[in-house]
Amino acid sequence: MIVADRKSLQEILAMVEDDKEILIAGCKGCVTVCNAGGLKEVEILASSIKIARKKQGKDIDIEIEVLERQCDNEYIAGISEKVGNYDAVISLACGIGPQFLSEMYPDQTFYPGVNTTFLGGATQHGVWEERCAGCGTCAIHDFGGLCPIARCAKSLMNGPCGGSSQGICEVNKEIVCIWDLIVRKKMEAGKLADLMGVKGVKNWKSARHGGPRKSIREELVQGNI
Amino acid sequence: MRLSYPADVKIIQVPCTGRVDILHLLNAIEDGADGVYVAGCLEGECHYIEGNLKARRKVEYVKRTLTELGIEPERVQMYNLSSAQGARFAEIANEMVSQIRELGPSPVKKNNAA
Amino acid sequence: MSKLKSGSNLEKVLKAGHFAFTGECGPPKGANVAHLKEKFKYLKGNVDAVNITDNQTAVVRMSSMAGSALMIQEGLEPNFQMVCRDRNRLAIMSDILGAYALGIRNILCLSGDHQTFGNHPEAKNVHDIDSMQLIALVKKMRDQGKFMNGEDIDVPPKMFIGAACNPFADPYEYRVYRLANKITAGADFIQTQCIFNMDKFRDFMKKVVDMGLHEKCYILAGVTPMKNAGMANFMSKYVPGMDIPDSLVKRLKGVDKRDQSEEGIRFALEQVEEFKGMEGVAGVHMMAIEWEHMVPEIAERAGVLPRPVV
Repeated sequence: MIVADRKSLQEILAMVEDDKEILIAGCKGCVTVCNAGGLKEVEILASSIKIARKKQGKDIDIEIEVLERQCDNEYIAGISEKVGNYDAVISLACGIGPQFLSEMYPDQTFYPGVNTTFLGGATQHGVWEERCAGCGTCAIHDFGGLCPIARCAKSLMNGPCGGSSQGICEVNKEIVCIWDLIVRKKMEAGKLADLMGVKGVKNWKSARHGGPRKSIREELVQGNI
Repeated sequence: MRLSYPADVKIIQVPCTGRVDILHLLNAIEDGADGVYVAGCLEGECHYIEGNLKARRKVEYVKRTLTELGIEPERVQMYNLSSAQGARFAEIANEMVSQIRELGPSPVKKNNAA
Repeated sequence: MSKLKSGSNLEKVLKAGHFAFTGECGPPKGANVAHLKEKFKYLKGNVDAVNITDNQTAVVRMSSMAGSALMIQEGLEPNFQMVCRDRNRLAIMSDILGAYALGIRNILCLSGDHQTFGNHPEAKNVHDIDSMQLIALVKKMRDQGKFMNGEDIDVPPKMFIGAACNPFADPYEYRVYRLANKITAGADFIQTQCIFNMDKFRDFMKKVVDMGLHEKCYILAGVTPMKNAGMANFMSKYVPGMDIPDSLVKRLKGVDKRDQSEEGIRFALEQVEEFKGMEGVAGVHMMAIEWEHMVPEIAERAGVLPRPVV
């Protein structure tokens, strides 16, 4: 899923500095799962902003709404009646949410309340790690089910580099060297031969490098695109 | 035990401090409380195993938030004691109240007409 | 390996069976040509080829290509280093052609230290292709005369292809296989990361010889003379891929501060002596970084002078 971290209160307060009525819009999708923008986080942000404002001797009206998802026009259409009532809207959805909202409601200002970071999963409660780079040509099966594009700091296809030490990436101690894991897995399975030779160069056209992407299911599209 | 503790303390009973949410603590500050503290069981003795540990982590989160907002993090505290420790209960209440008196009224109240 | 691939001095020296002795030079953090030429003076005549680093440890310096071209002007032979961190395949192929056009004949294919180590850690990195693929690419350009996409090259670059090898990185058991891969990809010569742990290196070379890799490729052992115990300590902590045994640090600390550099040189000379007779080792790569003025003395004391003229 998409992982995001809420922006600092300082940054968010600066965004709505001059606003008197705002909506904080959460999302029940990914940001709820990574505890960045679900109902709880929306309420906590609302209370934090109110505390900050009261401390300044100023007031602010905050309404909250948690949408099913903000990446579907069907769901964001649900706030069409009231969206115009506010000076601004803070969206705690991933970067997709405020963009969809901005497109559907061009007269309203939407602030991103989170910094969207990566595609990943929870390795333990409260900890999320990056797993996928969205390269568009998945070949993890060539690497024992592990992805070097996303998990190697240099996206090596013929790793590890000379900076791999005791299973740790040279970049920082928190990062496991994925190539160390790939090599050990292959060695333990007696499949070292899979790593001999040179893996061909990657076609980055299907990744973000080829330009913004689109995915179409023709069997589902009604009318013209 | 008929020990006294300051009348400035309003007690809200919960079945386990694990029930206390970040939002409860923030709302208290937002509504003008000068201080909020959470009194949970001694660590290792939680009837619900980890409720008091979760409470402590939430209190830490609220302290960080208050710091970010320029409010003294000492206004929110976590204490641990057993239900048999009546004297300690009174002691904590007195300690918290005197600490808050030292800090003065909450800056949230200062500018609030209400 | 009957016909010369590039005709570079390094290739000729190695092919003739001499024990090669290469050096290294770090370009300036600016366009200070005078400073660079000063360094060349110490290396000229004392080494077969000089590596010129490419934004090493991700610290911005004058480009390796420019440094190499200046070196040729001064009558030395460069070993042009290229990292995959800073260029995509277009720039890589373009730079290889440019390098060859400027008279460069040796190329060392590297991944590059991560940019977070350097002085511009907020930069985007490239890594369009990796060092293994780069080796294969240079080989394709040289031997087939083709670009990566199969188009013909108008005068192909005949480079002597080098690669790096770090026997001290993990997983240790895999390192010899990775070396084998680089040779399969097309590496003509290898320069290892600087060696301090001699026991581990001896063990590594046994594996290399067992696999017959030394017969397919020339392996040069990397040596860096320690200036003092502080340097040993620093490298151990902050430079990726280093294996510095406590015994060496102790040896350096065991002498007076003024004598530590001499002790460091003594250790390096002992290493060179052993490498001369070590099976599978075709030469030494002396990395006296920011200590280039010591190279003439080190070369003399190591008994590698005069350098062969081929």
